[in-house]
Amino acid sequence: MGMTKDELFEVLNNGLSESVIEIQDLAGDNDHYAVKIVSNKFRGLSKINQHKLVYDVLGKKMGYTLHALSIKTEVPKE
Amino acid sequence: MDKKIKESIEQEINSNDVHLFMKGTPLFPQCGFSSTVVQILTYLEVPFTTTNVLDDEGIREGIKEFSNWPTIPQLYVKGELMGGCDIIKEMFENGELKEIFENENLLS
Repeated sequence: MGMTKDELFEVLNNGLSESVIEIQDLAGDNDHYAVKIVSNKFRGLSKINQHKLVYDVLGKKMGYTLHALSIKTEVPKE
Repeated sequence: MDKKIKESIEQEINSNDVHLFMKGTPLFPQCGFSSTVVQILTYLEVPFTTTNVLDDEGIREGIKEFSNWPTIPQLYVKGELMGGCDIIKEMFENGELKEIFENENLLS
């Protein structure tokens, strides 16, 4: 279970290209991370839909491989 | 998704203005994220109801599918998914959450 920080970065970076992704390992157990993603892909989307986009990229991994992921999404400042 | 589960979820979110699907109960939350949302709602003094998804495996899986949202907790306001812990926390910190509750006349 779980995934390494590098694996998580890889998945997010592949799915959300041209985004700035910061990952913080919260517990060192490959299962608790906080991610901050700044992306133009979020522009015009509600918070809910911004997070859904991140969940879409993670697909089935979320809730099964990875349990605790704190997400913060932002649109780049003009 | 099982029709009965879907109906039971709809029933909950449509008959309660502020409803939280969580792990555990407000007095004994079984997960830090659920606990955070309970604390925020309690702080804002908004009346809310909860469903403990740990009591029902069907609801626990069904609620993820229902809103296409893979994690718990999930907060519904007037039948709409408002967010999980991160969004609720952010909306609380920037005052947006209180504003929504005020505009909907949900504060007691």
